[in-house]
Amino acid sequence: MTAAGPLPVTVVGGYLGAGKTTLVNSLLRQANGRRLAIMVNEFGALPIDASLVEAADERIVSLVGGCVCCSYGEDLVSSLAMLEALAPRPDHVLLEASGVAFPGAIAGTVGLLQGFALDGAVVLADAETVRGRAHDRYLGSTVRRQLDQADLILLNKCDLAGDADEVEAWLGEAAPDARLLRTTRAEAPIDIVLGAWTGRAAPPAAGGPFDHTQGYAAAALDPPEGAEPEALARILADAAHGLLRAKGFMRRPGGGMAAIQTVGSRWTVTDAPADAPAGLICIGLEARTDFAALRRAVLDC
Amino acid sequence: MTATIYPAARIITMNPARPHATHVAVREGRILGAGTLEELAGWGDYRLDGRFADKVLMPGLVEGHSHVMEGSLWAYVYCGFFDRMDPEGRVWAGLKSIDAVVERLAEAAGALEDPAAPLAGWSLDAIYYGGRRVNRHDLDRVSEERAVGVLNASGHILNVNTRALELAGLLRTGVNHPGIPLGADGLPTGEMKGPDAMAPLGVHTGFDRDLLACDEPGLRRFARLCVRTGVTTAADLANLLPEDAVEMMLRVTGEPDYPARIVSLRRFYGLTPEELIDRALELRGRSRDRLRLGIIKVVADGSIQGFSARLRWPGYYNGAPEGLWYVPPEHLLEIYERALAAGLRVHTHTNGDEATDLALDCMESALRKHPAPDHRFTLQHCQLADAAQFRRIRALGLCVNLFPNHHFYWGDQHYAVTVGPERAERMNACATALREGVPLAIHSDAPVTPLGPLFTAWCAVNRRTASGRTLGEHERIGTADALRTITLGAAYTLGLDGEVGSIETGKRADFAVLEDDPETVGGERLKDVRVWGTVQGGRIFRAADLGT
Ligand SMILES: [Zn+2]
Repeated sequence: MTAAGPLPVTVVGGYLGAGKTTLVNSLLRQANGRRLAIMVNEFGALPIDASLVEAADERIVSLVGGCVCCSYGEDLVSSLAMLEALAPRPDHVLLEASGVAFPGAIAGTVGLLQGFALDGAVVLADAETVRGRAHDRYLGSTVRRQLDQADLILLNKCDLAGDADEVEAWLGEAAPDARLLRTTRAEAPIDIVLGAWTGRAAPPAAGGPFDHTQGYAAAALDPPEGAEPEALARILADAAHGLLRAKGFMRRPGGGMAAIQTVGSRWTVTDAPADAPAGLICIGLEARTDFAALRRAVLDC
Repeated sequence: MTATIYPAARIITMNPARPHATHVAVREGRILGAGTLEELAGWGDYRLDGRFADKVLMPGLVEGHSHVMEGSLWAYVYCGFFDRMDPEGRVWAGLKSIDAVVERLAEAAGALEDPAAPLAGWSLDAIYYGGRRVNRHDLDRVSEERAVGVLNASGHILNVNTRALELAGLLRTGVNHPGIPLGADGLPTGEMKGPDAMAPLGVHTGFDRDLLACDEPGLRRFARLCVRTGVTTAADLANLLPEDAVEMMLRVTGEPDYPARIVSLRRFYGLTPEELIDRALELRGRSRDRLRLGIIKVVADGSIQGFSARLRWPGYYNGAPEGLWYVPPEHLLEIYERALAAGLRVHTHTNGDEATDLALDCMESALRKHPAPDHRFTLQHCQLADAAQFRRIRALGLCVNLFPNHHFYWGDQHYAVTVGPERAERMNACATALREGVPLAIHSDAPVTPLGPLFTAWCAVNRRTASGRTLGEHERIGTADALRTITLGAAYTLGLDGEVGSIETGKRADFAVLEDDPETVGGERLKDVRVWGTVQGGRIFRAADLGT
């Protein structure tokens, strides 16, 4: 891609201690040329490992690999605008919500802003405590709403919880629209957590950087000629196929290229440059995703 | 050193040992004593100053919860339904129709030279316009070329015109947001509801993003309002107090003619609890007489009229979902523990009764860890507390600062929509608080409602709504209690009751100078008591003489 499109923003939510900060650091380590901008919520400590910090001034902390970090303080909108104006511009913004914020509400604001594109809401759940929190007298409804507003739930600290299967089944009911992946120490592949691939970091080849021992699988799909991108996006986001992420470009039946992007059940279709290469990458959990069935559904589209 | 003795028509001292006096003696900005001329002459040399001979003196009024931002907002166009006095003493007539709002805004727009400059108004109260919503076409009549934005009185809605939507890139179909209603044409109507929907429009409509951090002209205007309302000490309840603001506030309040004492609280925002405590300790050390720093403010939940307050079962009368937490409970507890250990005070905004429960649970647990006599933690608003909560508040040694102005401005809505009749009648239960022995203050939360402790006292005494309903006869308090609450009561919550709040030997010479006697006009007319000005630290400020 040549022209800088809208700046993608991923909202990272979840209650205190669920692993938001650990996830942010894990993503920074995987950035591999991608310039990530981290926005810290109103009560947050600087969430970055000291080893990643290169320099700090009053508003912004420079991190290794061209990444930056700032606190969004009083004003989300102006802080985002400041990041957007940085030269070089970041490739992706990770917005760490406070422990009591609703990721859906923040996502809603991001979706209204010119020059930004909501990439999705990722919510962490602490496998050991999430069910207890969800029934806490004060926090219960907040935690349940946070989970319900997630596109992706990272069920974290699975190594510490003896009953992760039960928790996962419970989450399936508490947040029926979210796709879920299990993590320990919030380690999740950056190409699942962040959907927007940029020219700088090549899209993962099918079966490429994904560690099968962790249970992820990726497949390349050829978008069928003559299909409407919106119809195709809807199929890719359909819970029946269990995809975590899909992304790519296709030719519109009426001419011009479209970019398709899904995270869980959320999908977006936008205009893409004429020279964007047609093709789709789909990522899911090996155990959950039937790529053959998906291919059939796509062909029928 | 020569003292000045002021005879007055009447002096209301709030000192129960001698509640009234004919003279007050002042030296070095402090009160030598209140009594008869003969008694005061015993202090030695004096000069008799008869300028207050026909006035009534009260202790300088203390506003326990306002925001210096009230002064800043007057830079924008006042669009409220009710008459309101500005810092220069001009009373802006309340606007009784949408046409009147448009007319006032259009007049202000006509006075702007730059055709592209945005125009901002505030305090619109659409609920009084017969159910008709204000939309962008109304504000297009103000201007089609410049962006126009008007903030709602509750602070939860921003009305904008078509140009503002255009600038924000929102004049399009397909906007899908719960806070942005769409018209029949599929385009936003121009009503932006809630902070999430308002945020993208703020910069385009001229609302400075740092409105909550105070600006210098605003701080000066705020003080003029204080003089006009008899206030000599005012709490500025939720400042972020960045370093440049602190320096500016120290400089301005330190000027020899700055007429008010500002108690500015550092709001918990943008820092971790640990950093907050460090910052509050540092700020406390920089306090001066007219700028007191070091108290912490934490906001636990939202507002009742915005449906973001955390209510206990059964929740909102109209079925709106339970509100929002603005602080994680762990942080609240951590702040309480650290503050008690450090000897700092915390004021916590709790509107809903569930938020009050959380604050009480945290307090109980923190006090067990760090027992602290006289901690003077205060619950701010605490509007829905019931009798059992007031008993717990008393047992934990907390103070409350209730919000009776709500009865007048939103009482009818609370009755009909937000909390329903029964809880509306017990909201801001001043009588219960006093009966249970809870230290009580009452406040305006200016700019949410106008600064004016005598009006606030009137609200607590009468509990009258805008439509004339008496909202909870049982919770009315007497005039004497109300007057004590807007002086000593509020001073106590700020830890200043040893310095101000009564006219007694040794205290600051802070007086409200009144044309009428609030003790004898009757509770019905408290709000009509005329204010001549103030004496602050012995310095005399006549409202009519205030420069601009
Ligand atoms: Zn306030």
